[in-house]
Amino acid sequence: MQLDSKAPSGPIETRWDRHRFEMKLVNPANRRKFRVIVVGTGLAGGAGAASLGEMGYNVLSFCYQDSPRRAHSIAAQGGINAAKNYQNDGDSVFRLFYDTVKGGDFRSRESNVHRLAQVSVNIIDQCVAQGVPFAREYGGLLDNRSFGGAQVSRTFYARGQTGQQLLLGAYQALERQVESGSVKMNARTEMMDLIVIDGVARGIVTRDMVSGKIEAHLADAVVLATGGYGNAFFLSTNAKGCNTTAIWRAHRRGALFANPCFTQIHPTCIPPSGDYQSKLTLMSESLRNDGRVWVPKSADDCGKDPSSIPEKDRDYYLERLYPSFGNLVPRDIASRRAKEVCDDGRGVGPKVEGVRRGVYLDFRDSIKRLGEKVVRERYGNLFDMYERITGENPYKVPMRIYPATHYTMGGLWVDYNLMSTIPGLFVAGEANFSDHGANRLGASALMQGLSDGYFVLPYVLGNYLAQTKLEKIDDGHAEVKKTVAEVQERIDKLLSMGGKRTPDSFHRELGALIWDNCGMARNGKNLQKAIDRIPELRAEFWSNLLVTGGGEELNQTLEKAGRLADFMELGELMCRDALARDESCGCHFREEHVTAEGEAQREDDQFMHVAAWEYSGDVSKPTLHKEKLEYEFVKPSQRSYK
Amino acid sequence: MAKTMKLTLNIWRQKGGTDPGRFERHELSDVSEHMSFLEMLDVLNEKLLAEGKDPVAFDHDCREGICGMCGMVINGRPHGPQEATTTCQLHMRQFHDGDEITIEPWRATAFPVIKDLVVNRGAFDRIIQAGGYISVRTGAARDANEIPVPKPDADLAMDAAQCIGCGACVAACPNASANLFVAAKLAHLSLLPQGQPERYDRVRKMVAQMDAEGFGHCTNHYECMAACPKEIDVEFIAKMNRDMLKAMVGERDEVASRKK
Repeated sequence: MQLDSKAPSGPIETRWDRHRFEMKLVNPANRRKFRVIVVGTGLAGGAGAASLGEMGYNVLSFCYQDSPRRAHSIAAQGGINAAKNYQNDGDSVFRLFYDTVKGGDFRSRESNVHRLAQVSVNIIDQCVAQGVPFAREYGGLLDNRSFGGAQVSRTFYARGQTGQQLLLGAYQALERQVESGSVKMNARTEMMDLIVIDGVARGIVTRDMVSGKIEAHLADAVVLATGGYGNAFFLSTNAKGCNTTAIWRAHRRGALFANPCFTQIHPTCIPPSGDYQSKLTLMSESLRNDGRVWVPKSADDCGKDPSSIPEKDRDYYLERLYPSFGNLVPRDIASRRAKEVCDDGRGVGPKVEGVRRGVYLDFRDSIKRLGEKVVRERYGNLFDMYERITGENPYKVPMRIYPATHYTMGGLWVDYNLMSTIPGLFVAGEANFSDHGANRLGASALMQGLSDGYFVLPYVLGNYLAQTKLEKIDDGHAEVKKTVAEVQERIDKLLSMGGKRTPDSFHRELGALIWDNCGMARNGKNLQKAIDRIPELRAEFWSNLLVTGGGEELNQTLEKAGRLADFMELGELMCRDALARDESCGCHFREEHVTAEGEAQREDDQFMHVAAWEYSGDVSKPTLHKEKLEYEFVKPSQRSYK
Repeated sequence: MAKTMKLTLNIWRQKGGTDPGRFERHELSDVSEHMSFLEMLDVLNEKLLAEGKDPVAFDHDCREGICGMCGMVINGRPHGPQEATTTCQLHMRQFHDGDEITIEPWRATAFPVIKDLVVNRGAFDRIIQAGGYISVRTGAARDANEIPVPKPDADLAMDAAQCIGCGACVAACPNASANLFVAAKLAHLSLLPQGQPERYDRVRKMVAQMDAEGFGHCTNHYECMAACPKEIDVEFIAKMNRDMLKAMVGERDEVASRKK
């Protein structure tokens, strides 16, 4: 298979504009004749469905939550980047493009990233017009802050709830289209499979999560905006319902899965407190601006009251290792170093499964310097949240933090038009792989979701529909019936094993396997171990699973089991991808490839490509395809934060 | 060492809309004080599953207090005893060894029970559909800074916009009124210059839909504000009522009727 990115050539500044002009349009009067399915109602899916509905397409929108307003984009705290240069501090579209390519450690596609930077500006305009209450200065203009170590202030925010406000903007636009009749909303409905007819995506099979009804929905194009797969790790900052089923089923139907091993670990999460832990909570990394990270120098001190440990016995390891960036080193570095000190036996907090997994984030010195009032103004909400969860007062006792899976840069492979390797199947937002390379910068996930939804999907969908002649099909089509039957069979199988182990028990074991072997630091030996073990676990899953209740009712155990079945397969691919990528880059840290300073060592001559995996019919024997990456505008360089 | 406790749970079980439902009693021991309330229910559900029984169905998703999916009435209080806290953020250290805890779904005609603690809150979406937006076409927006918004207005709009749509306000109200939810959305939009053109039309439509959904009237109990995990202020209800009055009797109505 030859992967054609369809990325335009020529000057980077004009690529998107030229491409937009060259794309075909659908006459407004004809748009209602086309039906488009959009799965997922987060920033990409919600904005996409609303925009397509408004243009006049006949849109079917789906989400597994009880309302489209609850998609997990809502939980994003920090902000959204845009190259507005309202601060007159030297920002520009090119600088945002440059920072994003470099931040992705030269594993993303230049054309896509530039388009993202370019439309970032329109996103802010659109959201303000919708009434998103961004933070403002006293003069009434929009406020910005610097985020995630950026040297310019380009992040727009709405308190600590930027994702919520942006999502509600998209949700309201979507509900407006529901009212007008152009979008039909299907909440509590989960996509179970993709319908592919003659090699083209023509619909989906869904399960109504209340009645259990299995149904086929047919369309002229399908958009998957179903988010990331961080829940493969079981413990992550994702919502509990986030899953890979939509993209994994599409993968099994022929869509290539790109860079599955690129998963971002966020350094400032609240550590697990026990073996019942169900998810991890992220706290904004802005905390690292004023908090100092440390652990005791000696493992003997780790169980002690931190206030009793004198200065000379503390190891402020980030300040020691990175004198110029200190506590503000990028996410992947801060995460990896925290893992190292805990592996070294110097972690703090309660022992979970025998190990203390936590490091201190201490505000003592900031409180001394700024006063408690200033610290409260800056971080009051976060401190309150921390106290609610841990029962400890961070004004008095240092916070404990530990890294957690947060975002997945990998996803279905798409070309410049966001189309997967299955014609008619588009993938947007976190579900695709395209813009963040091997590492995503802070405040750019929201940007990408809305860019894809508001400003890319409406054009590329029209371009596809205008050029595609599709045969008329109905529910009676053999392929539709076959896909529905396969879904039903799978559900029946999940319900009928009568085994002994619950879905959560399997999921915890799978998650721990992936976390230990394909998490913050990876090596060939451990990856191979996980690759050997996952198929065994999968076999046990398919013979010893315990699900009670039936298929024709609300059955949350069945939902979990179905999602987990797909994580069981994806988990293996993540490890295989990590093993095949015999280099370090961005989030992907292979212990065999380390610079003299202990940082990620890229092997550009061998791995400057997107690894796109094809399903071969055997989960354990995927076929690797490569899309070569070229850097015409940003010269590859080695990151340094010393 | 974390403290553990033994609890007795009285949980509402209901197979579906037509089932009258009943309380079911469960004993649960070794509950860690550091568990979240939902993790405590996870532990119970794992136990029920192992016994071959049907686990308790409850809605939840982000478990960070922002998606608004979770919500149950705990000992008579929506989202439980801790102020400004959703059920998912409530932790077991708020309870004591030997406690008996009663867990029920939101109870309101407009929120029919689907199963156990899961209710249908589709009415909230339909209220938003009726007018809870600013009509702006994608791509039609002018530069963001061409619309200055005084900071106090933007801050107040944000206070209202924080609503997570969980429905605790309805569950807390003796009349099962949705006034706080509707008023919060109206205030968010009417406090901003962008929301002015549709302001009075919006209040009429959203209030009409709220009434059509079968929510009760507001009789100023303020239970909604006490239960709200985002501490949305009842002042917004007064603001909604003022706008509603203007929309009904003011000249804008005349303008509207002349157009017909």
